[in-house]
Amino acid sequence: MTRRSLAVISAGLSQPSSTRLLADQLAAATRDELVRRGSEVQLHVVDLREYAHDVVNNMLTGFAPAALREVIDTVTGADGIIAVTPIFSASYNGLFKSFFDVLDAESLIDRPVLIGATGGTARHSLALEHAVRPMFAYLRSVVVPTAVFAAPEDWSDGTADGALRARIRRAAGELADQIERRPPATGPADPFALTTDFLQMLGRGDGPTVS
Amino acid sequence: MQFGIFTVGDVTVDPTTGREPTEHERIKAMVAIALKAEEVGLDVFATGEHHNPPFVPSSPTTMLGYIAARTERLLLSTATTLITTNDPVKIAEDYAMLQHLSGGRVDLMMGRGNTGPVYPWFGKDIRAGIPLAIENYDLLHRLWREDVVDWKGKYRTPLQSFTSTPRPLDGVPPFVWHGSIRSPEIAEQAAYYGDGFFANHIFWPKEHTQRMIGLYRQRFAHYGHGSADQAIVGLGGQVFMRRNSQDAVREFRPYFDNAPVYGHGPSLEEFTRETPLTVGSPQQVIDRTLGFREYVGDYQRQLFLMDHAGLPLKTVLEQLDLLGEEVVPVLRKEFDALRPAHVPAAPTHASLVAAAGGAKDSTVHAVDDVTGKAPEGATR
Repeated sequence: MTRRSLAVISAGLSQPSSTRLLADQLAAATRDELVRRGSEVQLHVVDLREYAHDVVNNMLTGFAPAALREVIDTVTGADGIIAVTPIFSASYNGLFKSFFDVLDAESLIDRPVLIGATGGTARHSLALEHAVRPMFAYLRSVVVPTAVFAAPEDWSDGTADGALRARIRRAAGELADQIERRPPATGPADPFALTTDFLQMLGRGDGPTVS
Repeated sequence: MQFGIFTVGDVTVDPTTGREPTEHERIKAMVAIALKAEEVGLDVFATGEHHNPPFVPSSPTTMLGYIAARTERLLLSTATTLITTNDPVKIAEDYAMLQHLSGGRVDLMMGRGNTGPVYPWFGKDIRAGIPLAIENYDLLHRLWREDVVDWKGKYRTPLQSFTSTPRPLDGVPPFVWHGSIRSPEIAEQAAYYGDGFFANHIFWPKEHTQRMIGLYRQRFAHYGHGSADQAIVGLGGQVFMRRNSQDAVREFRPYFDNAPVYGHGPSLEEFTRETPLTVGSPQQVIDRTLGFREYVGDYQRQLFLMDHAGLPLKTVLEQLDLLGEEVVPVLRKEFDALRPAHVPAAPTHASLVAAAGGAKDSTVHAVDDVTGKAPEGATR
């Protein structure tokens, strides 16, 4: 049985948070789908709110405090990522963006990502396409085609049903597909690993590399 | 073991008074701090090199030459010399000159510099920082060891029959350290040459330092310079002391809260926990510093950052008194007692001369001593 890990990131600020609720439903649907296909799934849910100060400190000092370091390693070492943000001023909220800003820009390359968002009205839904998806394109992640937006009316029963539920199921299936196409993740990259030797750097091997 | 101080040379407002020193005051303060370092028995004074405000030390050998003339014993170093944007030929010449004038009291620490705009001002590109550091240092290394150099590279005009003068004092080049916070390539570079490796160590968690030093030691052994525990390691540190630790915390907090690097970010308590910063009594500084060896092994040089964040000169000089009188003598004794016999001390000019089999004058005369001919291509 293949072991898979899913990092579930919620940038919701209120408690309880509809963003977290959507993140949980996306996570459960993806987990169920992967389990149905024979994988063992470990879910890591991250409420960014709890790390808000650490994220800002990381931006100011250049290093992540220990608790945030652990979260970053979990996210960058996961097989798949579910990233959900509330839409503020026509885009992701600052906390969501700041978290991805402090990650190494190469740490999520080729990582399957499912994006979701919540907002005060359905008119915000395309922020997923014009703001959240391009950010992950920059990070060279693989964002599944279905992005999931939940407006207040989607929670009418206090739970997702109808169109939202169908959309969650479809997105979860797409994320599971992408995860299954890849070998299990080997954990976060080691930033201190030496990937060359000196003669190569000196140009007496393959020539100096300009990054 | 060597103990000393390193300075960035920043002009920073004193947050408790709102007063900002002039460049002139800051330059004079740096000299006063260096002289004090010798007076209180420290071994090393190292200056930064910067080419943009709010920093004053753009011309390190001018300052170090002046300090050399006013000191007897103090070892003069850099933290760091920009190996990326300086011409390696000029580094070879300037520091060989300083080596002669100071009687061999000079070594250097190479660094890349992380300020983007500085690179284009000197015709370089920060994205080529590592290749620049590799190529430039390789040339510098040859200029100090080969009397006549033919050289062609990517980042500088070629050299034909070039002799860097003056030749190193007693035929022995200054010892070189390489400083880097998180680039394994630089640890590899230091290991390849058997040079020293210096971990800045302040501002970042100790795990960074531990990983970088571990890599350097392993590669030092790989390249056959000795066992891993014989590699030459230096560490930075940052302290503020008063006899009563509560007084130290109270006095330092406004400087911490407004410091250019970490100000307005984590609290003093968080930063003290996450990094080697120690604010407290001399005994606390002693205990914390002795603890460094537990994660990097026995090491050769400890430099402290003492004059930053707008601390007034008077306070810095008081700090140096505490460092020199109460902290370093204990550290020296304790570290020496812990260090096994096969682990070397930091190289000095005297030890390098001895290792080379004695001093030899290495003057290159315009006419070749052996053949009676001028060096190839030389016009007389």
